[in-house]
Amino acid sequence: MTDAERTTTDRGSAEGGRAQRRGLVRRLREIVGDRHVLTDPADVVVYEQDGSILQVLPEVVVLPASTSEVAAVVGAAREANVPIVPRGSGTGLAGGAVPAEGGVVVSLARMTRIREVDLRGRIAVAEAGVINLDVTRAVAGQGYFYAPDPSSQAACSIGGNVANNSGGPHTLAYGVTTNHVLGLEVVLGDGTVTWLGGRVPDPPGYDLTGVFVGSEGTLGIVTAAALRLMRAREAVRTLLAIFDRMDDATDVVVQITAAGIVPAALEMMDRTTIEAVETGAPAGYPRDAEAVLLVEVEGVREYAERAAELARQICVRGGAREVRVARDEAERQRLWKGRKGAFGALGALAPHYYVQDGVVPRSRLPQVMREIAEIGRRYGLRIANVFHAGDGNLHPNILFDMRAPGQLERVIAAGGDILRACVAAGGSITGEHGIGLEKKAYMDLLFSPADLDAMARVRRVFDPDGRFNPAKMFPTPITCAEMRRAPAAIPAGLWI
Amino acid sequence: MGEHGGGGAQERGGRGASAGPAGRRTAAAIPAIPELDRCVHCGLCLNHCPTYRVTRLEAESPRGRIHLVRAAAEGRIDLGERFAEHLYLCLMCRACETACPSGVQYGRIAEAARAVLGPPGSPVARWAARAVFTRLLPFPGRVRRAARLLGAAQRLGLAALARALPGRVGEMAAMLPAVPRHFFTPATEVFPALGPARARVGLLTGCVMSTLFADVDAATVRVLQRNGCEVVVPRTQVCCGALNVHNGEVASARAMARANVAAFLAAGVEAAVVNAAGCGAAMKEYGHLLADDPAWAEPARRLAGMVADVTEFLARLGPLPPAGRVDLTVTYQDPCHLAHGQKVRAQPRQLLGLIPGLRLVEMDGSDRCCGSAGIYNITHPHMSRTLLREKMQAIARTGARAVVAPNPGCMLQLRYGARAYGPAVAVYHLVDLLDESYRAGDA
Repeated sequence: MTDAERTTTDRGSAEGGRAQRRGLVRRLREIVGDRHVLTDPADVVVYEQDGSILQVLPEVVVLPASTSEVAAVVGAAREANVPIVPRGSGTGLAGGAVPAEGGVVVSLARMTRIREVDLRGRIAVAEAGVINLDVTRAVAGQGYFYAPDPSSQAACSIGGNVANNSGGPHTLAYGVTTNHVLGLEVVLGDGTVTWLGGRVPDPPGYDLTGVFVGSEGTLGIVTAAALRLMRAREAVRTLLAIFDRMDDATDVVVQITAAGIVPAALEMMDRTTIEAVETGAPAGYPRDAEAVLLVEVEGVREYAERAAELARQICVRGGAREVRVARDEAERQRLWKGRKGAFGALGALAPHYYVQDGVVPRSRLPQVMREIAEIGRRYGLRIANVFHAGDGNLHPNILFDMRAPGQLERVIAAGGDILRACVAAGGSITGEHGIGLEKKAYMDLLFSPADLDAMARVRRVFDPDGRFNPAKMFPTPITCAEMRRAPAAIPAGLWI
Repeated sequence: MGEHGGGGAQERGGRGASAGPAGRRTAAAIPAIPELDRCVHCGLCLNHCPTYRVTRLEAESPRGRIHLVRAAAEGRIDLGERFAEHLYLCLMCRACETACPSGVQYGRIAEAARAVLGPPGSPVARWAARAVFTRLLPFPGRVRRAARLLGAAQRLGLAALARALPGRVGEMAAMLPAVPRHFFTPATEVFPALGPARARVGLLTGCVMSTLFADVDAATVRVLQRNGCEVVVPRTQVCCGALNVHNGEVASARAMARANVAAFLAAGVEAAVVNAAGCGAAMKEYGHLLADDPAWAEPARRLAGMVADVTEFLARLGPLPPAGRVDLTVTYQDPCHLAHGQKVRAQPRQLLGLIPGLRLVEMDGSDRCCGSAGIYNITHPHMSRTLLREKMQAIARTGARAVVAPNPGCMLQLRYGARAYGPAVAVYHLVDLLDESYRAGDA
């Protein structure tokens, strides 16, 4: 039986089912306390979405505070035979935390303990609900940091990062989440609590930690992670290069890496993004520029200074009209502020945005950027580009208003064209946001039915019932437009 | 119940039922709020929200509350008890506005929703709140009489008796400071500038400032005079109406705003100086509050543009450096409605830096709410105390002997915190210290 078939048969409104679900809510209340089981429409409606444009109303939301509570919650959901959808901070951009088939949303937001910091071993053990930036905050005073830094790092959770194998601007130098997770505490479908991996890199046997990272909540619930800490670099240099032509900016990206510099970050924002940032929460980017490139190099002082100077020269030779160099940490934070808030700032231009996460080989950036601009023109849609140029991870944001008739359909069609362009250029459909609900229809651009079947079999090893985060990752006929149905009144008492 | 305490349901003793007709809120409908469109639910506000940090519930976060208002505006959820509880557990500290990359003005969304809901709490509490907002606050004479009554009760020892009472009444009595014998009711309307005149400014004396903190008003006048300002105290001014706006009493708030617009514009001043952060933030919103009033929209915008916090005004004017030493280590609490509401952060610190002998040690999260939040410490004592305890711990870590907080609500709350939880720090308004330094220098 597929996930869809299973839940359809289970979801009959037979009185028996309702009684069973009332029993489930009662059981959940016993486990985590009344206050942390939500069923009232005014409590659960806020969990119908994450950072994406998709919405599906959960039936019940539960907030366990410990691993043993999570295990008991999983056991209760299994007994009641309902789906389980893990949720961190709900900042995801692909609908990964949206309860596509209803069921129980398990918010890990209360699991916020950093259980252990071992600076000599350079490890921190953080619970799933710990905010990404709080890991670095806990060790920054001693000269350490946690490297993966999604732009939402002030809000997103470690559990969510693990689920999506999240990247960030500094992925270019340090790698993504999977390169920084040594071990995971997980709750499996039968309620078992176990540790995968360990406290040292590369344990023998199958890399099950690696399998879990990026599995988007489809294998089980991550409750804690052993994270690698890194030593803060001696020196950091940050430059902002301002371009009048997008082509020049993308060429410079290729040249910088070709020159043998490995920047810690190499970030691009286009004119539309600059307009959003300067309207929403100004960072001092020039509004008339076609593109700005943020370049950061770090390491021992001598290297950082030389690499920064080299990068500056390449920018100037490549047609930058101005290169600003941050003179101190405050200036550096200012240059970064606009980039970190760029997604949120898009609200200053339009009520909704649909973000793509395509990846292309760096050398194809100039061409793909031109194609994206052409797709925008063809569909009559505004596209704001803000992306990790250094590793070719694009974030074209299509701006629109959901309420305008026909717009959503056009936006989704344009998004599909963008992803097809990325794949045609030798790239992929996602760099770091995950597949979630939003991109699963495009999985077959990259994978054959045999590939997908192999993945499904891996999944069944961990989650034979398909209970965890159903309808995610794997292609099903459900389209985005269907996921974002016209808002309907929420019946009181829903299904309990 | 959670180990943190706090939370809408807990504060009101039990889960409300939002199913079925919403009873006394039947006429309610959320109007179209354009500001809602700016929120793309990125979630960057979450960790900046004091109530989310404590409860970890999405519905107690700015993003969650905006989503609730949106769902209600779309008719998808009704305006039941739970909805009201979520909207009213918000402190209106507006820390989310500082964090928001889209520049969403959350305060306006929440105020619009509260205007539909009316004041919070039980029917009796709502009736009492309405009485305070419409029959007491708009009338400075009544405010003073009420404060005098309170002072008399304190001197008769009734307050000590009340403090001994268990529960809410006892706690409320414990929060109140000793009411001074004299209020700020100057006989003259104009105070001359000392030295060469540099500006003519109006002063909002404030309902709480002019009674419970009359000495702060007096110190403000002296500091302004000392900086070459002719200070006008318009007689027809009233309370700014901030509490009314925050608690869904918009009609009375508009009437109070009109009275103040008239009073200050007639005074012929170049700036309306305010020494209470909450009042200043509210007066800067007068243009928005009266936007739909054809006769008053323009004058209201004009006055709003003239409003300045006393620290903001002095920094802009160029403060004359005070000469007297004030040997004291202080920490600075950013009042929410100064830091988040008015984006005034650097100026108070700059002024403190001018005082010889004074040392400023920053605390962690100086711009996080102390839990005072207008009448919040009365309506939501549990959450308020949770935040206050955290605040007092942050203060303790600085080792400072005193806290500077240029807002009466914060001052009341922090003084209570110093008594109830320690450390036993003194709590000052910034002009208290400036005044002391000027006077010591002149002596």
